[in-house]
Amino acid sequence: MTELALIQMTNVGKFFGSFQALKGINLHVSKGERIVVCGPSGSGKSTMIRCINRLEKHDEGQIIIGGKELTDQVADINAVRREVGMVFQSFNLFPHMRIVKNLMLAQRLVRKIPKAEAKATAMEYLERVKIPEQADKYPIQLSGGQQQRVAIARALCMKPEIILFDEPTSALDPEMINEVLEVMTDLARDGMTMICVTHEMGFARSVADRVIFMDAGEIVEEADPETFFDAPRNARTQKFLSQILAH
Amino acid sequence: MNLDFSIIVDALPKMLTGIGLTFQLLILSAILGLILAILLMLMRISGKWYLSWPAQVYIYIFRGTPILVQIFIVYYGFPQLDFIRDSFLWPIFRDPFGCAIFALTLNTGAYVSEILRGGVLGVDRGILEAGSALGLSTRQKFIYLTTPIATRLALPAYGNDIISLLKSTALASTITLADMTGIARTLVAQTFAPYEIFISLAIVYIILTWILQKSLGRVERYLGRYMEK
Repeated sequence: MTELALIQMTNVGKFFGSFQALKGINLHVSKGERIVVCGPSGSGKSTMIRCINRLEKHDEGQIIIGGKELTDQVADINAVRREVGMVFQSFNLFPHMRIVKNLMLAQRLVRKIPKAEAKATAMEYLERVKIPEQADKYPIQLSGGQQQRVAIARALCMKPEIILFDEPTSALDPEMINEVLEVMTDLARDGMTMICVTHEMGFARSVADRVIFMDAGEIVEEADPETFFDAPRNARTQKFLSQILAH
Repeated sequence: MNLDFSIIVDALPKMLTGIGLTFQLLILSAILGLILAILLMLMRISGKWYLSWPAQVYIYIFRGTPILVQIFIVYYGFPQLDFIRDSFLWPIFRDPFGCAIFALTLNTGAYVSEILRGGVLGVDRGILEAGSALGLSTRQKFIYLTTPIATRLALPAYGNDIISLLKSTALASTITLADMTGIARTLVAQTFAPYEIFISLAIVYIILTWILQKSLGRVERYLGRYMEK
């Protein structure tokens, strides 16, 4: 692993009550790397990436993001969150704000960017996700695919170092999945550091530098996409892949 | 018996002279009650037992006793307490208007705080997580996300409480205040025509409620404009 690891998780463990959601997670991500995380439901994929921006608090081990260790220090947590964008399964747009305001809020409050500049940035990223004409609508007036693209643009407006995707296409109707994957592929091409929890295996194969398979809170297998899909070593990975690729 | 319309025609304008006092009672106790409710709600959701418990006890007591009894305790009870007679609060409690405002405020504050709490708890957790992920502080999330969304969620129940408060102001007539109900009671004593007078009083309250309901509906639509497809 390079010394310049942007994300460094060492022996991370996480409990929900007595249930151990993460066990001995070691993960190093360098700048510009694109990681896809997959695994059966309940395997800890989401929990792992939610620990990276401390939406979940880890109980064991160490997480260092861009040189800052995640502890209870609020200042450090906020500093890390400024550099880590996140896209959620259920979009989580701010329902009471027009699209452009959704994109401006954190720029204004967190980055203290002047209004005109924040708006210009917002419009720039709406162009980039190909829906500038929706700027003055409310989230509910957009389709799921459009909402998710807005959510990606909202994260990009903060100019993050890393973007985390937590099953970004799982809540979408099939015909909308591609428009979101296209935006994500585009981002990957531009060199964004990404960690995606997804079951889109085509996306994983074409975009990922590394694919990680998790089961029961552990990283079971970690390999480049060719090896991962064509010659998985672990029996659990093989079983998972045969199920997911069967149809 | 027959309705004597001439009594109604005579009584209506007289009762309407009390509408100003009814409005004063409604508006003052609604505003003060809302401020109290916000404080109680913040105490209740603070997560600190020494704030949450007193708020819970307060709400329990004021929802657990009739508002008429609360008005009587303030009006008949407080003047017997020396420390109140000697305090700067005495001008408020010496005056039946002050007593009515005080009791109505405390009562509506207890109900409304629970309504507001319902609104706050109704805000989707995912939306707040998105705020956190973007680096918003707890305070910023509360101001820019929770407050506007919770306000919209709480509004229908809040409107219900305001309408109920309008009717509660009638109880002020029991402690000598000449609001619409107070005037109506005086008129009944003079005319011995309770049927006509209370019927016309009821009609006035119904019209006021209708106006309140329409205005609240407008506010609701305005605040909920983001919910329309």
